[in-house]
Amino acid sequence: MPDVQALVNDFVLKLKRRKIEGSHASAQHTAELLRSVISHQRMPYTNQAGALIDAVKAVGEQLIAANPVELAVGNIVRRVLHIIREEDLSSTATAIEGLGLSAGSDDDDEGQHEDRPALSAAALAAAARSTLRAPSLQTLLEDIPDSAAAPQPPSSGGDSEGKSKSDKNIRSRKLKHDVIEAINELIQDIDTCHEQISEQAVEHIHQNEVILTLGRSRTVKEFLCAAKEKNRSFRVFVAEGAPRYQGHVLAKELVSKGIQTTVITDSAVFAMISRVNMVIVGAHAIMANGGVIAPVGINMVALAAQRHAVPFVVVAGSHKLCPLYPHNPEVLLNDLKCPSDLLDFGEFSDCMDFGSHGGSPLLHVVNPAFDYVPPKLVSLFITDTGGHNPSYMYRLIADYYSADDLVVKRRSTS
Amino acid sequence: MDLRRAPRTVIDPKVRQVGFVTPGAAPPPARSHSVATDACSTSPPAPDLSLPGSSISPVMIPPPRHASADGLSSLTRPAAAVHVPASPLRHDTVQIPIGSYNPSEILLGSSPMISPSSRLDAGSEFSDEVPTSAWLSRRGSGKFASSFPASSGEMMAMKTTGGGGGGNTPKSSLTTASVVKTLPGVSEKDGGALIEMQNEGTSKPQKQKTSKAERRAIQEAQRAAKAAAKEAGGVKPSASSGGAIPALKQGKVVKHSPQKKDGPQVTAPVTTSEKKVVDRLPEKDRKKDVPHPRMQFDDKHRVEKAKRRAVVNQSEARNRVELFRHLPQYIHGTQLPDLESKFFQLDPMHPSVCKVGLQYLSGDISGGNARCIAMLLAFKEAIGDYTTPPEKALVRDLTAKISSYVSFLIECRPLSISMGNAIRFLKNRIAKLPHTLSESEAKSSLQSDIDRFINEKIVIADKVIVRHAVTKIRDGDVLLTYGSSSVVEMIFLYAHELGKHFRVVVVDSRPNLEGQALLRRLVAKGLNCTYTHINAISYIMHEVTRVFLGASSVLSNGTVYSRVGTACVAMAAHAFQVPVLICCEAYKFHERVQLDSICSNELGDPDVISMVPGRKYLNHLDNWADNENLQLLNLTYDATPSDYVSMIITDYGMLPPTSVPVIVREYRREHLWI
Repeated sequence: MPDVQALVNDFVLKLKRRKIEGSHASAQHTAELLRSVISHQRMPYTNQAGALIDAVKAVGEQLIAANPVELAVGNIVRRVLHIIREEDLSSTATAIEGLGLSAGSDDDDEGQHEDRPALSAAALAAAARSTLRAPSLQTLLEDIPDSAAAPQPPSSGGDSEGKSKSDKNIRSRKLKHDVIEAINELIQDIDTCHEQISEQAVEHIHQNEVILTLGRSRTVKEFLCAAKEKNRSFRVFVAEGAPRYQGHVLAKELVSKGIQTTVITDSAVFAMISRVNMVIVGAHAIMANGGVIAPVGINMVALAAQRHAVPFVVVAGSHKLCPLYPHNPEVLLNDLKCPSDLLDFGEFSDCMDFGSHGGSPLLHVVNPAFDYVPPKLVSLFITDTGGHNPSYMYRLIADYYSADDLVVKRRSTS
Repeated sequence: MDLRRAPRTVIDPKVRQVGFVTPGAAPPPARSHSVATDACSTSPPAPDLSLPGSSISPVMIPPPRHASADGLSSLTRPAAAVHVPASPLRHDTVQIPIGSYNPSEILLGSSPMISPSSRLDAGSEFSDEVPTSAWLSRRGSGKFASSFPASSGEMMAMKTTGGGGGGNTPKSSLTTASVVKTLPGVSEKDGGALIEMQNEGTSKPQKQKTSKAERRAIQEAQRAAKAAAKEAGGVKPSASSGGAIPALKQGKVVKHSPQKKDGPQVTAPVTTSEKKVVDRLPEKDRKKDVPHPRMQFDDKHRVEKAKRRAVVNQSEARNRVELFRHLPQYIHGTQLPDLESKFFQLDPMHPSVCKVGLQYLSGDISGGNARCIAMLLAFKEAIGDYTTPPEKALVRDLTAKISSYVSFLIECRPLSISMGNAIRFLKNRIAKLPHTLSESEAKSSLQSDIDRFINEKIVIADKVIVRHAVTKIRDGDVLLTYGSSSVVEMIFLYAHELGKHFRVVVVDSRPNLEGQALLRRLVAKGLNCTYTHINAISYIMHEVTRVFLGASSVLSNGTVYSRVGTACVAMAAHAFQVPVLICCEAYKFHERVQLDSICSNELGDPDVISMVPGRKYLNHLDNWADNENLQLLNLTYDATPSDYVSMIITDYGMLPPTSVPVIVREYRREHLWI
């Protein structure tokens, strides 16, 4: 356990110091960290899922607090919580099945078992429904009270108790094992989401298309390269994306793949957009309302695209889907970076001195890291599960997250 | 409209009476008035006089013109009296266009043809006295008082420049006639001079003289045509090239005019044809207004031609962006050492012009006003050092000289629209120089004209704009500006001086980072500033209450042509419902229209994009030119659609972008007689 805590602290520190940036890297690190947290978690005999959830929540809370703007961390924490819940449900389902079988097999105490199978069958059905079937109005109406759904450990004779204990031991190990398996799958998903997204490239990029993008996104790069590999010839305008100038990197990568690339300044976006067929950008996070948190400058591009009726396409892996609804995201979900990106430190430092002018310097330098693009400006999201409308995002999110986890906070009792 | 009408009623009640009173009721007052002023014309048709004009456009008869025209008509009456017994030959020349009536010919042949005929009509009217011919009487009074639609001012100016060459030949009655036509548009003192000319011209209606003048005119036309062809290489439509075509046409018409003659023509055809001309005038005027297409650099033939003439030796950049083939792009920095070495060899180039050209090339002077002022001052110096070569006329030689300077400057850096307007002004002034002036007088008059242009159109205009704009700044405002505009800076400083409390947001963008210089000056003056880059515009726009932007030019469809990025800022402001105020001097307005930023633009040095100052590690794009798949594009301007603009603040006041064409028209008319 102490080594896990050290790992957690290390990661928190990295997040705080912004050593780990970018949703992909932080998502992957978070998933790996949570995996080791879970594997080191000692399992109690009762309510194992609850214990795991508590442990993950405890770690997740720290991680989210370390960099609240890095929404991918929170997303992964919630995904892991969701995984635990699901695995728990399915394992109880199988357990109940097994229990039902065992109950059927030994018939020394029929009176006691009389009603249980029926009950567990109902619970099983409910569990199966909630896991297999997407939540809908009907499921909500048919929902069975928690008391019924929660499987009660059988408390009959000593013989059955011993039996159920060993059974539970297996179950506990099985739950942990399943959860870790699922997290491994998640990590793999995060790694391969680019491939799944770029598979759809040919459906969206046609011959002689002119595409504009801003800054650099790995997803965008893979997307464009995939289209090029399918022998589509098209032209890309890359806005350089001040103040990080990642557009230069992207341009270099695209050119090395043989794509016709033109680097423009960010200010020329409006001038060029009239000759562009499609805007393809990456995202930092996709909010539940379909809004996008993206590198700074994208909102300007989106506005220009809207003006000229150019489709504005956001490509993003599903780990960037955030189940939160944004409130004032331009300010609250933003990061102000160092002014030295914009101004040479030596030149204006005297004006920015907080000691002079009674604590309010003459000059402020604003260097935000992110932009918020409202959903009405987005034409299409391309995720690893296909293309979606902004208005459909809430529904995708319901697939990945359970509603109980929206606020990642340990219960005050524990 | 109302604003315009009201002063007219005040200044010239006669016109209004005539215009709005029924024909039957009109005569008595009109008669009394016109009898007083215009003894030789018949007054009853006076209502009709203004009616055609007002039917064309009510705005086209501004009152001051009438007032001055009245004065002029009284002044010129002796000339008319002299002229009334016109020689038969004049009849002939006059009749021709009527006989061979061809609307376009008449149009292009322009008023030299028309006004003699009008004069003739006046004369014939005197003898025949056809009182019912409303139109004739109109000509009678309109001959000197010229109630021609005022919008024709531009066309007339063109003609005068074209005929300005003819003005050299003192006895050309044709030109003087046209000058008379321009009188309404000409201020008093010019008018005086021209009247003298006219007297001189009309007093000698000799056959030889006219034919000589004709021959002269043809020569002129040919020369002008050559000059035009030469100048066609240049990007800007200039006054001389614009004037060349009418001159040419005029010459042609005149040439074959003496061959067709039918003795004394009946007046009826004259009236109809003349009427048509009157009707067409605005259209013809509009035709003239269309600016020449600029040089397209994807036109290989013309590029070759231009290269042969070029002073500056430039090499084409590699890896051109396909979309911008029509714009010139050269490898930056190659011309500079070459030119510097040629500094003492550039024979035709005046050193001050050369210096300014080099400064443009190196980017030491940038910004519309600064470039324009530098150019005008260089021209002023060049004019000061100018001496007319023997056997050449100052007017023509100096115009050619200026044209060569201009083409040199274009090679250094494409002209801004404001500079084009200034050059047009200067050429106009040169063309309109009275030939009676001695060389030194002409030079000093031109120099004072240049000074006046700088002073009135730039310095004072800026002050007026500042006064206007300051009224839009309130305490607690957060004002955003983009790049560095001299007039916006003045506005901020002035508002600060007035003690208003506001904060300035300076938005900047690569590669020029002009905002930093502005920021430094504002901070030095103690203004509270926030600095950010253009990508953060949506972040910062939340707190902004007004956006002040400068402009390189305002085009007549309301498009604001300005530093690249202005459109983005205006768009973001529009999206956040923040008013956008464009501050631009009226001399930067242009009648060209543009919808996007691609058709006309200027390409900057692409290399500056690959290098980010202060970021040595950003070297991903080094040696970019080696890879043919990679292009860097450094646009200089962009076009902001007019619907993003809330208001344009000019020296004529604050107006919506839809009113730009009005300013362009009015301004250009005024521009002629600065």
